[in-house]
Amino acid sequence: MNPVKFRGGRVPALFGALAVVAALSASAQAQPANANLGRNLAAQCANCHGTNGRSVTSVPSLAGQDAKDIVARMKEFRDGKVPKATIMHQLAKGYTDEQVALMAEFFSKQAE
Amino acid sequence: MSTTFNRRDFVKSAGALGLLGTSAITGCASVGGVAKPRVVVVGGGFGGATAAKYIAMWSDGKIDVTLVERGDAFVSCPLSNLVIGGSKQMADVTVSYDGLGKRGIRRVKGEAVGFDADKKTLSLADGTTLSYDRLILSPGIDFMYESLPGLASADARQKVLAAWKAGPETVALRNQLTAMKDGGVYAIHIPKAPYRCPPGPYERACQVAWYFQQAKPKSKVLILDANEDVVSKKGLFMKAWNGQYKGIVEYRNNQEIQDVDARTNTLKMSFGDDVKADVLNLLPPMRAGNIATQNGLNNSNKRWCLIDWLTYESTAVKNVHILGDALQIAPLMPKSGHMANQHAKVCAAAVVAQLTGEAVNTTPMVANTCYSFIDNRNVVHVASVHRYDAAQKTMVTVPGSGGLSAEANTAEGGFANSWARNIWADMLA
Ligand code: HEC
Repeated sequence: MNPVKFRGGRVPALFGALAVVAALSASAQAQPANANLGRNLAAQCANCHGTNGRSVTSVPSLAGQDAKDIVARMKEFRDGKVPKATIMHQLAKGYTDEQVALMAEFFSKQAE
Repeated sequence: MSTTFNRRDFVKSAGALGLLGTSAITGCASVGGVAKPRVVVVGGGFGGATAAKYIAMWSDGKIDVTLVERGDAFVSCPLSNLVIGGSKQMADVTVSYDGLGKRGIRRVKGEAVGFDADKKTLSLADGTTLSYDRLILSPGIDFMYESLPGLASADARQKVLAAWKAGPETVALRNQLTAMKDGGVYAIHIPKAPYRCPPGPYERACQVAWYFQQAKPKSKVLILDANEDVVSKKGLFMKAWNGQYKGIVEYRNNQEIQDVDARTNTLKMSFGDDVKADVLNLLPPMRAGNIATQNGLNNSNKRWCLIDWLTYESTAVKNVHILGDALQIAPLMPKSGHMANQHAKVCAAAVVAQLTGEAVNTTPMVANTCYSFIDNRNVVHVASVHRYDAAQKTMVTVPGSGGLSAEANTAEGGFANSWARNIWADMLA
């Protein structure tokens, strides 16, 4: 499967961008209880997206993506707005906004 | 390579000092206080290899990591049912351990047999002793042959195969199927849950049915399930058995067995007539792997291991952590490779924190996905997300998360192959 399909139309919706801002500011207020929380949470995604988000396959890489894009995509998955999603709509529902923001932050800092 | 390598590099601990002299002392953690903390990991599967890699990566080389593994290369259980069905080869599910060496992880080829919790040493079958500060066991499962006298001999086990640890038995089962005459019966017996990989037996039945459809259309697949019902992905598997495999696959529930006669390939059922098959594939009841069972770590029903879900440390023995299928799992957490990889990361984070004086994360999460191949291209999944519940001190599923595929599809066929390559790289590269 071509990752580009899922990248198309990623952020254009205004509501998506607003949600991102909301989620990011929520995370800025709440300091993670553990300094490595973002890293630890992101490691759960590595089974499919590769270690530190660097995929070696057709699953899209998350490393080096903008944090706000990842947050927006996760929200779209959670809200059922990605009709082609095979699995992310189910996984995205398992994480809070705060957790998603921490993971997104971690991935955004990894080399592509 | 093992003997000389072992002796020179690893017999530094305890009893070996006298034999080898002072040159061996330098690596000993108890001397001088400058040595790195040591983690020894037993078992290079989804749990152990991941733990070794992530401890090396997250400690940035500050922790000395050794992986003890008896095999020469990693052979994946996930996807190995496709070797049995004939659409993949063993080479497609085999991955080298060399990537771990590049991360500074030392690999010792050998069979771990026991440990001394006071001296903090692990012993291998060849007499080697390894010192640890933290020991991580990812021993997988072993079979409870004591419940099946008919499988007491090695000959019987080579005839009536389990093929539930990917490797030579995978090939042997494939060979039995290719040698079988058209019009024959393949029967698979599934033990009562819990067992390794809940959807695995049903996927295997699909793969054998797919092979029969291509090559032996008069043949049958008989699923004899000791459980009351299909344990995983019921609707999705039923759809295949009543659809594309109609007339090939027959499913029977509540099929408990008394024993097996390997000479005649006959199952002695608890209720009803004996069942004979041309190829008989029997998954015996399972328990935590031998090293856990033989060293008192199996403190749940003498079968599985209880751990602290924040650190994966055994509740029976201090400084010993356990991962993967050997665990007494929390509700709705399957015994899967994906799950073992996730256990390993929570454990790795905790062990690095413990050995470097940082705080252990008190809000761990794990997620599971099991992909199953219905044929060579169409795949279904089940997924779930779990969080630590501090009040109950266990993992609970996050409400509303996870789910199943709507139907088998080729998009997930692609993603399942991608998943395999990414998770293998995540543990071994
Ligand atoms: C079981 C495999 C699997 C796991 C685990 C997984 N993903 Fe995904 N991810 C996918 C697949 C497959 C896609 C493509 C969309 C789909 O089919 O659902 C995807 C797509 C994405 C995308 C869109 C990327 C893009 O460039 O379009 C994001 C963002 C994402 N995942 C984030 C995550 C995060 C964060 C986690 C960890 C919490 C995670 N994923 C865990 C399989 C997985």
